[in-house]
Amino acid sequence: MSWTGRDRIRRVIDGSMSVVFTATGAVAILFIFLIFLFTFKEALPVFTDPEIRKEANLRQFFATAQPAERIDERFVWQPTSDQPKMSLIPLLLGTFKSTFIALLFACPVGVAAALFSSEFASRRLREIVKPTIELLAGIPSVVLGFFALLILASWLQDAFGFTYRLNAYNAGLALGIALLPIVFTISEDGLAAVPRGYREASMALGATRVQTAIKVVLPAAAPAVFAAFVLAFGRAIGETMILLMAGGNAAIASFSLNDPLRTLSATIAAELGEVVFGSAHYSALFFIGTLLFLITFISNSAGNVIIARMRRRMQGEAS
Amino acid sequence: MVILTQRLAEEYMKLNPGRVVQVNGGGSGTGIAALINGTVDLAQASRPMKDEERAAAEKSRGAQIVETPAALDSLAVFVDEANPVKEMTLPQLAGIYTGKVRNWKEVGGTDAPIILYGRENSSGTYDYFKEHVLNKADFSPKVQTLQGTAAIVNAVSRDANGIGYGGIAYDKGVRALALKKDAQSPAIAPSEATVADGTYPLSRKLYFYSLSNAPERVTHFVQWTLTPEAQALVKDVGYFPLSTGTH
Amino acid sequence: MSAVDASLNTDHHRSRRASDAILLGLLASSIILTLLILLVILGVVTARGAGQVSWEFLSQPPREGLTGGGIFPAIVGTAALVLLMTIAAVPLGVATAIYLHEYTPAEGPRLAWSRWVASKGRHGRFALLRRFLSASLAVVVRSAVANLAGVPSIVFGLFGLGFFIQFIGRGLDRMTQPPGEIVWGQGSLIWAALTLALLTLPTVIVATEEALRTVPPDQREASLALGATRWETIRRIVMPASLPGILTGAILGISRGAGEVAPILFTGAAYYLPFLPQRVTDQFMHLGYHVLILSTQSPDVDATEPLLYGTVFVLLILTFLLNLTGVLIRARTRARLAGR
Repeated sequence: MSWTGRDRIRRVIDGSMSVVFTATGAVAILFIFLIFLFTFKEALPVFTDPEIRKEANLRQFFATAQPAERIDERFVWQPTSDQPKMSLIPLLLGTFKSTFIALLFACPVGVAAALFSSEFASRRLREIVKPTIELLAGIPSVVLGFFALLILASWLQDAFGFTYRLNAYNAGLALGIALLPIVFTISEDGLAAVPRGYREASMALGATRVQTAIKVVLPAAAPAVFAAFVLAFGRAIGETMILLMAGGNAAIASFSLNDPLRTLSATIAAELGEVVFGSAHYSALFFIGTLLFLITFISNSAGNVIIARMRRRMQGEAS
Repeated sequence: MVILTQRLAEEYMKLNPGRVVQVNGGGSGTGIAALINGTVDLAQASRPMKDEERAAAEKSRGAQIVETPAALDSLAVFVDEANPVKEMTLPQLAGIYTGKVRNWKEVGGTDAPIILYGRENSSGTYDYFKEHVLNKADFSPKVQTLQGTAAIVNAVSRDANGIGYGGIAYDKGVRALALKKDAQSPAIAPSEATVADGTYPLSRKLYFYSLSNAPERVTHFVQWTLTPEAQALVKDVGYFPLSTGTH
Repeated sequence: MSAVDASLNTDHHRSRRASDAILLGLLASSIILTLLILLVILGVVTARGAGQVSWEFLSQPPREGLTGGGIFPAIVGTAALVLLMTIAAVPLGVATAIYLHEYTPAEGPRLAWSRWVASKGRHGRFALLRRFLSASLAVVVRSAVANLAGVPSIVFGLFGLGFFIQFIGRGLDRMTQPPGEIVWGQGSLIWAALTLALLTLPTVIVATEEALRTVPPDQREASLALGATRWETIRRIVMPASLPGILTGAILGISRGAGEVAPILFTGAAYYLPFLPQRVTDQFMHLGYHVLILSTQSPDVDATEPLLYGTVFVLLILTFLLNLTGVLIRARTRARLAGR
């Protein structure tokens, strides 16, 4: 077949569009790489610059303890003190406490809701549940933070008599509300992917629908549910606004859930506005950012790998 | 101090159409850092600039710092209106905020834990309190940090066991304690009179910081804030004009 | 079957049914709890905030130190930000999705590799090698997109500060401005918009890919069989058919971008501006940021509380309308497909 002139132009255009589209794919790779690079670049002085390292270094972040008895006086984050103290321990504890409460709330409720929706709900009920979850997911985190700060904290304090109005329970619960849609959606996808045959075989053997759901379908969807937890964990670690507004903003090294807290992400948000570019405090905040990036990168990668494997298995069996 | 500058800016722009003043919040440290970083022309601070900060600014902006006191303020200590404690000595206050004194009954109140509210560490108010009350000791880590004196007033007004500190201009729903320098001194409540004659122990100046090479638009505004009309606004907002007493 | 009927009423079965009912009740209560949470949040905000919304509230700037007036500049700022963000994110996101769906082989790199190895000594080896490389690149791109979706929003803010403002912005200033002048090297609409665009990119990509998937492969194959090139097929057949889905992706991305505050804290959001942003280098007020300010830095809490509820209400209505629109379009597209 001979190509006419017009066809040659069409081929050239086709070829160049091919290159263009491949390049756009590369852009995504480029930016994830750049994000890591530039966050780490500003944190680099923590490892390399002797001036900065006087105040901000790995030992300060993780190991240094003040001479004191109580744990909340041994590990201190006070970067603007005359003797800057940059222990990350209070911030790590704060992140851990709020994430713990949030997952404690969101995981059971999310999975239970997904199980009910997938196995027992009528189609009409599902048509109500899905938009509810979508709307819940659509609430901006600043609104959830506002709700927790002004309203939820007072309710909780009235109900449980907390000493501190803003504490891990308040922040954790609000965070849990933000995680609920994630846990629900991914778990539900996993439950829907369980082949019908499993359910039919179980019930043919005499199990009730509830037994089938809990003892057959749910375990079969275990990888998806686990992935849901992992992705929710990643989201919880990285969430900023809710913790900034509802956590109390006290960088205390304390295991008590009744105390106010400050997370890694909220620290960046609260303090980046006041740092002089290039100072030790500045580098320390970027170091925290790098840490956050790495933690969420690892946990999200793990979650995504599990989901990809689940999808492949689903497609394999459907064929 | 941000509401003061906010009001001054609004009035200034009304009187001088065509001139624009843009105000950002964030605490003295934020403003000073922004001045050093070059993102603002003017910084408002409720504490004097430190020597390192002046040096950093001179290095990064290539000009000297110009310090203009704009108003007087008293640092008040707030408790909930329902709290029976009405006065306190400065050493007691220091003990509370360093975490050594933990219960209201130790200072003459009910048997209840003291809930500490304070400013974030970029705040000039934080710095002033630390220097003049705590004598440079560190705050207890249990202090819940809030952005802005108004947030502190808000929190204390909702917390029967709370205590907070801040500029006197914001005091809705709370009571300002009368302070005693030590156990023997009389208890002085903050007011224009006690700030004027210096009997109230925690009075301070509020400053504008600019650069010696600042353009005319900046100096025009700063000069205007020292005029009688502007100083009348200072009083309106709840601070004290510069001319108050001898400082 | 009477033996079976009789056995269905033993004590064992009756207690099983009882425990089943309890478990079912627990599961159902989680759904009720979820619904309740949504209704409570919406209810409280609407009850205390809807009353605030008047024409004056929406069209006036804040007055008297944010204790009076309205939120007009915040609305304008949010709109301008979101517009710029969409211009940046949607074309790039759609193009990336098209790349992932139309230009990458269906098999994964492992299969492509074994096919290439198995084709030793036969024709068309190079094409198989290209397929392997393409499949590998696709995996890396997908992984990058998935990871982009997981980056914490505050880290986007750090990136915006460290890359867009410090690196590119200050670099631009050094090249184009007299020394000391900072025009590009500070928070502004353009940098905040680009930062947000990165954040919403994965949303757009995923939604667009879903839309592309709904176009049946036979349509593509028919087009190619008739002599069209791949690009022509995409341009004339695939894209028009997937437009609703692309629209959904754009709208969902916008909805997300309008609500995020952490990335714009240091890249351009301002506490109070006496004027509306006019250039891309201007700072801007923002609904979400305004909520943060009024919640935590209010100069007079009694006066600003109603304004705060009003602002939250407006923000929620905005994001919900956008979300709802996107969801409806997607549902209608799926229904149309099911009907086929």
